[in-house]
Amino acid sequence: MLLPFFEWLESSAMGTALAQSIWSFAVIEAVHLVGLCLLGGALLVVDMRLLGTGLRKSPISELGTQAHPWLVGATILMLATGVLLWISEPIKLYYNDSFWWKVRALPFALIFTYTIRRRVVRVATEANTRTRLVGIVSLALWFTVAAAGRWIGFS
Amino acid sequence: MHGLLEWLGNTAWSIALLESFWVWPLVESTHVLTLAVFVGTAMFNDFRLLGWTMKTVPVSEVTGRLLPWTRASFAVMVVTGVLLFYSDPVTYYHNVFFRFKMVLMVFAGLNAFWFHRRIHQSVADWGLADPLPKAARRAGAWSLAAWVLIVVSGRLVAYSWFTCDYGPGPFFDWIQGCSAIVNDVDLY
Repeated sequence: MLLPFFEWLESSAMGTALAQSIWSFAVIEAVHLVGLCLLGGALLVVDMRLLGTGLRKSPISELGTQAHPWLVGATILMLATGVLLWISEPIKLYYNDSFWWKVRALPFALIFTYTIRRRVVRVATEANTRTRLVGIVSLALWFTVAAAGRWIGFS
Repeated sequence: MHGLLEWLGNTAWSIALLESFWVWPLVESTHVLTLAVFVGTAMFNDFRLLGWTMKTVPVSEVTGRLLPWTRASFAVMVVTGVLLFYSDPVTYYHNVFFRFKMVLMVFAGLNAFWFHRRIHQSVADWGLADPLPKAARRAGAWSLAAWVLIVVSGRLVAYSWFTCDYGPGPFFDWIQGCSAIVNDVDLY
């Protein structure tokens, strides 16, 4: 159903320009990887605290407030570079199972992070059963997205 | 060095690792996913030193409770990184991005050593200062710059734009030690 759209992307001006450039894919990929580190850090500083470890002297809500701009910045950087990587080789990705795993898991990770997790982090002070659950779900969702993303290159 | 690495790359385990269907991708994936933990926590340590975030959290709390995760994940990075190198030592040894990455790692290591030896000792005196002492901010900035460049050059190791067999020109021949391969008849 989506194949015509992917084919259109592949033949679009941007798609052909990205596919023909020797450097663009590698450079975008490298930035995507730096973004992974930034996103990982912004998530982990809070998720570790939700799990009852990490920077335990600070209230969860305080760490959440501090990490939030970095989380938003990292999300934007990842989405921007991720879309460019997608436009660089749409048809190859259309037939790649890992790509679809990643694309299916991503909305769950994003929605969970910016709704439930955000609400819990905003009011929590100390770790408890609820925050631990949120921390585990956050790590599991983002791990799925990252692992599937890495596996695109192997499948 | 080239001869030694050629022997290493011809050992049965090295060949088995490079040719394995699952193990090599799993080692590589572990290396990349652990990166998010290692550089992610290192970045937040650096951001704190630069005064860009968590200013109400004492630096001693960050180095005491966040850096252990950085160190533990670094151990995973080293083990998986050494395995990847072991799978194809000659190729990596003559790769300009790999060499650049190793030089930067030495620099990052010296910077971290200097920070802990000379600056962090007195963290109790300045851990909540705003701004932090210039030496601490400088150490954070160097660390951040080094690790971002290490991530980028690590990713670029996979590309063969300048590999010796492509005839990359005198500069890359020299910086990658290509003459060792040209003189090595076994490879051709």
